[in-house]
Amino acid sequence: MKSVILRTASNYLLPLLLLFSVFILVRGHYSPGGGFVGGLMASIAFVLHAFANKLENTRKLLRYPPGAFIPVGLAIALLSGLAPVFIGKPFLTALWFSTPVPIIGLVGTPLFFDIGVFFVVIGITLSILFNISENIL
Amino acid sequence: MTDNSIILPVIAHLFTAVLLIFFWRKVRIQQAVSVAGNILILGFSIGLFIKTWRAGYLTMQAGDWQAPFGITFVSDVFSSTMILLAGIAGLAVSIYSTVGISRHRIQYGYFPIFHFLLLGLNGAFLTGDIFNLYVWFEVIIISSFVLMTLGGRKPQVEGAIKYVTLNLLASVMFLTAVAILYGLTGSLNMADLSLKMAKIENRGLVNITGLLFFLGFGIKSAVFPLYFWLPSSYHTPPSAIAAVFGGLLTKVGVYALLRVFTLIFIPDEFTATMFTIVATATLLTGAFGAFIKRNIRKLFSYLIVCHIGFLIGGLGMHTSEALAGTVFYLIHDIIVKTNIFLAAGIMYKISGTTNMDKLGGLYADYPKLSLLVAVVLFSMVGIPPLSGFWPKIWLFDAAFSTDTWYLLIAMIIASFITLFVIARLWSDAFWKTRPVQEVPPTDDFSAMSWYRRSLLVTPVLVLAAVSLYIGFGAEHIARLSERIATDLKDTAPYIKAVLGREIVNF
Repeated sequence: MKSVILRTASNYLLPLLLLFSVFILVRGHYSPGGGFVGGLMASIAFVLHAFANKLENTRKLLRYPPGAFIPVGLAIALLSGLAPVFIGKPFLTALWFSTPVPIIGLVGTPLFFDIGVFFVVIGITLSILFNISENIL
Repeated sequence: MTDNSIILPVIAHLFTAVLLIFFWRKVRIQQAVSVAGNILILGFSIGLFIKTWRAGYLTMQAGDWQAPFGITFVSDVFSSTMILLAGIAGLAVSIYSTVGISRHRIQYGYFPIFHFLLLGLNGAFLTGDIFNLYVWFEVIIISSFVLMTLGGRKPQVEGAIKYVTLNLLASVMFLTAVAILYGLTGSLNMADLSLKMAKIENRGLVNITGLLFFLGFGIKSAVFPLYFWLPSSYHTPPSAIAAVFGGLLTKVGVYALLRVFTLIFIPDEFTATMFTIVATATLLTGAFGAFIKRNIRKLFSYLIVCHIGFLIGGLGMHTSEALAGTVFYLIHDIIVKTNIFLAAGIMYKISGTTNMDKLGGLYADYPKLSLLVAVVLFSMVGIPPLSGFWPKIWLFDAAFSTDTWYLLIAMIIASFITLFVIARLWSDAFWKTRPVQEVPPTDDFSAMSWYRRSLLVTPVLVLAAVSLYIGFGAEHIARLSERIATDLKDTAPYIKAVLGREIVNF
């Protein structure tokens, strides 16, 4: 798209949207949000960037092919589920640190599981959308 | 009691799959990682089986949420046996795939998806929660859709459309049934459901829900009249994929039927009669379908349908003897059905065709290999003392003692037709001289190096050895099957193991 307004705006929107997606990710345990929605928002940020600045530039910005996010996310989710196994609790048991981290709040394995979901969603959504737009546009 | 070793065969598959995605497009590494992963998982499965055999029941409450609210994973002797069989079949198919699956398919993620499929199977065998069972079924069918269409040839896509449509329909039925069950009892834990369903006054509603489950699992395990998707899709993907489909995919439906109809719904007379009638029709239609097919893999697909009839028939008769026979047949069938598709793949590599009219002379060219395939084929028929023979004795005996003469006749006819088609296959493909063709087909098999050939033959050899063990060591398998049948009949220890307390008012 050749709109100057969109292109300029997208440069500012990308970090803002990514920040917002992280906010949604982190608040998701007791309030609406979480890894899935956060991941969708993050991918929308990149898709918007791709609309404004062409796909190649977004791919360059990402550095890695979007598919590479999938195994990373899966590994994070799997390891967060495995962590309690090492201290003799059942698989997927939630473990929490005793003191809350400033701003974020209590950190525990569910957060890492959600981060894993976040990356998987980004990887899959971007792979699908990039492939489609390469084949159509 | 919580025991994390239950979940190991599931986690290890997930771990292997994730590792494989990291090595996307690196064919050699993927082959090595997959085989190594499967060896490790077979080790875990054997460990789990031995542990379960000693303890009887192992449970794990996922996430430390206690039953009946959390998701329970239960390993009893039945599920650990299934895990063990899936481990053996998985390893065999994985070794075979290193040569049997083309580079192109591996680069498009054959191995990760294969491990996701096995992950779903192991999860389905272990779960003690009916909704979780549905989730595992979804994992299984989505992986199988990908495996079936991988490669994208036209007949593959055509077969996959039939497969996908019918299986999605089955999932809808299954989910509806789960929803009704939840509405009736307010619980999804199978042990809890078992207690609560027994107390419901409205037996009609209970039976209808049971029938919905039967429809859902029946489509997935290809019983009459909903089997037609199977013969029209199983011959399209490569042999290694067809092997894992034929060996394990339809059987997980049978496993779920056995689980649900011994734990949650105890078949009353109407349901039991319906099972035996459906089994009779499945046996006959499968056998007659196999009778007219000239393509080896289509023939095998019909034989899968036919032999599902034995399993459903055993469930319908529902005596301890019939259930033991069913379990024995299931154990034998998983190994043999996986193996025949692998053997068919080798025959295809040798002759370039699976059409019996064009095959011939295999015995003259490859006598040792032919004898190996003969062991596999005649194990399936059940010529004594090979493995198919022993469970049939039990099933026949159970049919005599329960007076289900129509099922008995159908089982006899199906056995004879299986014998006939396999004998005809043997004489056509192995003994008769190869028909003269204008363009002589190229023999891909003898062109391979010794190493690659042995990678194709070893899995067939190992699985044949396992079926020989099932045949000659029938006493061990019989003891195992009897123990499983006792467990299935008497569900109180299962419920106690899951809910962790003495059962009140039972």
